[in-house]
Formats: sequence, C-alpha cells, structure tokens
Amino acid sequence: MDSVLSSESSAPAAPGAGAAAGGMYVRDTVRRSVKLLIVGHFAVGKTTFVSTLSEIRPLRTEERMTQAGAPIDDLTGVPDKTHTTVAMDFGRLTLSDRLVLYLFGTPGQGRFKRLWEDLSLGALGALVLVDTRRLEKSFEIMDLVERHGLPYAVAVNAFDGAPVFPDEEVREALDLHPATPLVTCDARDRASSARALIALVDHLIATEREQS
Amino acid sequence: MMTPRNRRALVRPHVVTGGRARPSRNIFDLVTLVTAAGDLPLTGLSPEKRRIVTLCRGGALSVAEVAGHLQLPVSVTKVLLSDLVDSGHITTRAAGPESRPEELELLQEVLDGLRALL
Repeated sequence: MDSVLSSESSAPAAPGAGAAAGGMYVRDTVRRSVKLLIVGHFAVGKTTFVSTLSEIRPLRTEERMTQAGAPIDDLTGVPDKTHTTVAMDFGRLTLSDRLVLYLFGTPGQGRFKRLWEDLSLGALGALVLVDTRRLEKSFEIMDLVERHGLPYAVAVNAFDGAPVFPDEEVREALDLHPATPLVTCDARDRASSARALIALVDHLIATEREQS
Repeated sequence: MMTPRNRRALVRPHVVTGGRARPSRNIFDLVTLVTAAGDLPLTGLSPEKRRIVTLCRGGALSVAEVAGHLQLPVSVTKVLLSDLVDSGHITTRAAGPESRPEELELLQEVLDGLRALL
C-alpha cells in the first residue's frame, strides 16, 4: 500500500513498526475497531505510551472547544475567550485479521466536556497513568473517568528516580476500589506497556462477566 | 515576525462545512472505519472533500485518522464524511458491539491480540 498520497505530509508509519501491519491503512480484512483511552495529567507519559505501542506514527487531532472561562494559554489565535483548542494524540494497533485497537491519549481536564463525551462513547475502558512524584495531580482525571462510567485500571509510569511506594500506599492515596487493578509500567517499553493494557482488559472482562 | 503557536487552518471550519456544526447523520464514532466507495467522480466536491476521498481511496482509516492526516478538526471531518456518505463517495464499516455476549467475545479477542505482543 505505498504512497497513494504523494504530496501529503502523512508519510507511512515509522520504520519497522508499521511495516508488519501494512503501513498507513487498516488491513482489508479488518471489520471491527475498538478504542481504549490512555488518560492522565500533563507530562505523565500518555503520548510516550501511545507511541510505544502504535504501529503507525501517532497522529494528532485538534478540536476547537467552546468553553467559557478557559485559561489564557489555551486560547486560539482569535481573541475569543469562549474557544480553546485541545489536542489529542492517538495510535493504532492491529490485534487480529479482523480487529484494530485505537489508543487515545486523552487530556485530563474536565472542562473539555464534549471532547470527553465523544471519547468515552463506545470506549471499552481507560488506563489511568500516574506518576508517584505527583499522585494528587491524578485526582481530577480519576473523578472524570468515574463520572463517565468508564471501567479503568491504574498504571504507575515508573519514571527514573521517582519514588517507589508499596501498592497499598498508592491505592490508599488514590482511593482505589479493591477490584481496580494497579500495575507498574515503563511507557517506553513495548512489552511493559502491553502488560499494563492486558491488566486493564482482564479487568474489563471480569467486570463484564459480573454484569451479565 | 512571530511564529504562531498553533498551526491553524487557512479557512475557518464553518466555511469548510458550509456553516454547519453538526453532521447530517450520526454514524461516526472516532474509530468508525471509512473507505472510498467505487470510483465516483470528484467533480463538484469542495477541495476538503476531494482530499478526504483521495485519502480514503488507498484503504480503510478511522474517522480520527482521516482528521489527523488532513489536519482537520474531528467535528469538521465528521460533517464532511457524513456528506460524502450521502453522496455515495464514502462507505463505513460497522464499529462497536451490538450485544452483551458479543462484548465479552470482543474483549477476549482484544486480550488475545495484546498477549500476542509479548
């Protein structure tokens, strides 16, 4: 599937990664697409996580949001205080001949209400990335995930030099339900990141079984 | 000369969509897969719609990918895709599970796919 779009900036995926999955386009046999949200506060490693697992060069979409009272630094070029621009990075992972998974790195501010509604609609669940150096920054995002009724797992992104706390302490600090999985991952490492998603999907299956 | 912090489209989104903020049909999730249908001529289509159809002639992409590749806001992309489905240029593939048992099956398939990465 080579350059259908010679003049577009959308070059096929990064060397190596995309090749196995057939490059820029979704395989012809794929019939289903699902999404998981990778959520967390600013600089917690969402984009790294998505890039590590994605078979395409991660893409960014920007959405213009109507929202009063947004901070100045998010204003678009036009002096119109009711509009902000929010960016989202996402990647793709072909899971089988018929199924692709999209991972959306999702900004952690509740004020982007419509974006969150759009993102959570049809999402299987969310992986909440946290940083042990600033756990309290994850409170808002966790409230948001819960309010949207998304099942989730929590993954500590193990930054070099960040303090390592016993699981119980992290659970207590984040007020996690006993059934909510808590794992540690390195967002730069593919297998480690995949294991974090596996913990999430295991949890989604358990939750689903309970409900049916 | 200041460099703009955000790269902006040259035209306002509402000009691109002919003033509409909402698509004519609500079939598009961010991950709905779309592809070009047949070889309908592009005559009469706006430049943005032509870009979408040209992009989608190569194969299937999600709504989010179309928006990302063409650097259009998702909301605008949905409006344009909706028109293109109406005009027969674009078709969609089903997304999302229809029933509970199917959801479990789907999750199991996701799990198997992820395990295969290890």
